[in-house]
Amino acid sequence: MDTTIVKSNFKSEEYFINMGPQHPATHGVLRLLLTIDGEIIKKVEPDLGYIHRSIEKMCERDSYQQIVHLTDRMDYLSSHINNEAVCLTVENALQLEMPDRVKVIRTILSELTRIASHCLWWGVMGMDVGALTTYFYGFRDREMINDIFEETCGARLTMNYNIPGGLMFDVHPNFVKRTKDFIAHFKTKLPEYDTLLTGNVIFQKRTKGVGILTKEDAISFGASGPVGRASGYSCDVRKHHPYSAYDRVTFNEAIKTEGDTFARYQVRIQEMWESISIIEQLIDNIPDGDVQVATNAVIKLPKGEYYQKVETARGELGVYIISTGTKNPYRVKFRSPGFSNLSLLNHIAVGGKIGDLVASMATLDLVIPDIDR
Amino acid sequence: MGYFSDIYKGIKTLLTGMSVTGKYFLTSRKGAITQQYPDNRDTLKMFERFRGEVVMPHDENNEHQCTGCQKCELACPNGSIEIIWDRGLDETTGKKKKKIDKHIYHLGLCTMCGLCIEACPTDAIVWAQNYENSTYDRTQLTKVLNRPGSKVKAGIED
Repeated sequence: MDTTIVKSNFKSEEYFINMGPQHPATHGVLRLLLTIDGEIIKKVEPDLGYIHRSIEKMCERDSYQQIVHLTDRMDYLSSHINNEAVCLTVENALQLEMPDRVKVIRTILSELTRIASHCLWWGVMGMDVGALTTYFYGFRDREMINDIFEETCGARLTMNYNIPGGLMFDVHPNFVKRTKDFIAHFKTKLPEYDTLLTGNVIFQKRTKGVGILTKEDAISFGASGPVGRASGYSCDVRKHHPYSAYDRVTFNEAIKTEGDTFARYQVRIQEMWESISIIEQLIDNIPDGDVQVATNAVIKLPKGEYYQKVETARGELGVYIISTGTKNPYRVKFRSPGFSNLSLLNHIAVGGKIGDLVASMATLDLVIPDIDR
Repeated sequence: MGYFSDIYKGIKTLLTGMSVTGKYFLTSRKGAITQQYPDNRDTLKMFERFRGEVVMPHDENNEHQCTGCQKCELACPNGSIEIIWDRGLDETTGKKKKKIDKHIYHLGLCTMCGLCIEACPTDAIVWAQNYENSTYDRTQLTKVLNRPGSKVKAGIED
């Protein structure tokens, strides 16, 4: 009997399926065009543009002070760090040296932002792989950070607390106390995260060996942040190109070499511990001094090109400004971490199941407004 | 063998996880950790720096501190503030002086960035902490901040 005929009788057929733009696991309006064979993924094509707001073009219209508030709306979970990136670019171009107080406060707020972002990520990560409990635990701890932000900056999500030349106003008198309270609280809660989810067998089976990204691929796809570091690629901007007060604190870069979903998960948990340690080193001795350096009411950057990169909760955010010497930038380009991290989704998801794709996407920690801008 | 050890490990980690949730189930005496809105409307107080909407405070003589310098209008990234101004006679000096006719604030356009309040040299506009800004008609979101018949406080210069 000729077996080839039998084989062709059972030939499966590839077909397309849309995941998104309104899918809970895409965390926003991202459409993934999946080519699947049964449940095996053959190809993932992300389709972007559903919430494109032309932020880069709007920056060309605005003055340098006004650009800052637009960056809140890119990666809204690390809005403070985005603000800082723009402010640092403008300050470097004007060759302004920030007072120590500004640097330290910016660093503390950035790390609080990172913890808040990772708390939310941890909650939705658990939810994506089927553990709804984590969502509430993550949000409980994030709420305390949001209160710190609300008291000091006036907003919970879109802070716009940085201005070119320092901070908009000094921190609230309760800031230090609240932050210390949070750190003391969170140090007791973070081990619970491990108990609840990390050690769980079902969770480990869903994540270990899934969505493997090698170091070479991480570098060639431009992966950054926890995604790159989970593949053994040392890419922490805070470590390699320190800005603000990162040169005066000691912390370890969280690096794993496995490159799978579980490694990316562990890197983020480790980063929360590192952030706690950074805040603890700085919170007790915030230097006195001004929180603003006098700038002109109309900031004009000297003619030229300026680039500054910072480490957001998702990876490396670069701000590239071309100035022709006028009060508006000629061109602003944001190198957003989410866009590069999304580009490798096809690479790590092919050959896996749809459930694995969801787990992989959860650890890429995509924020769609950051990708679309 | 692996099959049974998997079941054993699964049950063990399940109980480990449930020990955390069970602890909260039994020991939490605080009740709900979420805001009981709108039941707590009377007691819910926002932080003093909370950005609710831009308002212009008036004193008991119906006087505000806005000189009509338009710095807030220039600072605003998306045109939420429009100032209609005029030149009126200053009673003390007898010279003509800029004064506001209407300080129009479009709450519907506002992104709560706070640049206008930073830019104001006379602290004429401040943040209000109200958070219930929804209306049935969007025209109600366009507000005139200076009250009818109000004038600038004496001695306020920009």
